[in-house]
Amino acid sequence: MSRFAVGQRVRVAEAQPPGHVRTPQFLRGRDGVVLRHFGAFPNPERLAYGMDGRPALDLYQVLFTMDEVWAGEGAYAPRDTVTADIYESWLEAI
Amino acid sequence: MSTHTHDHDHDHDHTTFQPDIKDPSQEWEFLEIALRELLIEKQILSAREIADEMEAWERKSPEAGARVVARAWCDDGFRQRLLADANSAVAELGVEIESVELIAVENTADLHHMVVCTLCSCYPRGLLGVPPLWYKSFEYRSRAVREPRAVLAEFGTELADSVEVRVLDSTADCRHLVIPARPAGTEGLSEDALAALVGRDSLIGTALARAPHGEA
Repeated sequence: MSRFAVGQRVRVAEAQPPGHVRTPQFLRGRDGVVLRHFGAFPNPERLAYGMDGRPALDLYQVLFTMDEVWAGEGAYAPRDTVTADIYESWLEAI
Repeated sequence: MSTHTHDHDHDHDHTTFQPDIKDPSQEWEFLEIALRELLIEKQILSAREIADEMEAWERKSPEAGARVVARAWCDDGFRQRLLADANSAVAELGVEIESVELIAVENTADLHHMVVCTLCSCYPRGLLGVPPLWYKSFEYRSRAVREPRAVLAEFGTELADSVEVRVLDSTADCRHLVIPARPAGTEGLSEDALAALVGRDSLIGTALARAPHGEA
């Protein structure tokens, strides 16, 4: 059972943990919508240090509006969006 | 041949016509050399095995991706399988992709996908081969997510504001493949002729599929 459903609104943690993480800086603290659930994958934050990556984490494609991310500071059109693939440990429901 | 006949004052070297590979200077270059030498010395891999693997990667090309797209345009059953489970679908065409999940997305009249990896250089190499240098540049990686329309314009791709540009940041275990929209006027074309319209950039989403010969 995955924690988040497609269409659910989520917030990316505004965390700054040290080491190898796969959550882009520009999306931390931003709100988006779950677009797709990819299934569970080994945790890259553990794999990077020679561990086996277990427990595996659910991975989601999360959709953000450009306005949510850049607040008008960019060359995009009003409908434009950006997605990233984010592990469940970085997401919370809003 | 020597074509250097001008006589202005300068002290640059004309003995070579093109720069040779630079001596290693970066930490990662020394790391790669040290790792490679150790693997060979400890007989974990031979020099030939490493060279063979590099050759194998360089043989992969975006033509495989173009064949996948042309098949999807011609065969709706294949298209559905590609969208549902791309690893299995491309295996039908003889492309085995291991250890990463391939995700195919379709461009339509209203939605244009474009792929980047802002964190490093994730790319569907198993299908498209080695990525172009620009894909790995800091410039592309930082600008694609912030000013996609400006980047697209530099690739000669202008889209109406009514089209949603959706930038896919490949941050994890999935590799994204764009299925460009099928160009108009291609109804009678064979699968091979269609594949010839699908360039590498259209599979990344920085371009559209080419129009057939004689079409605007």
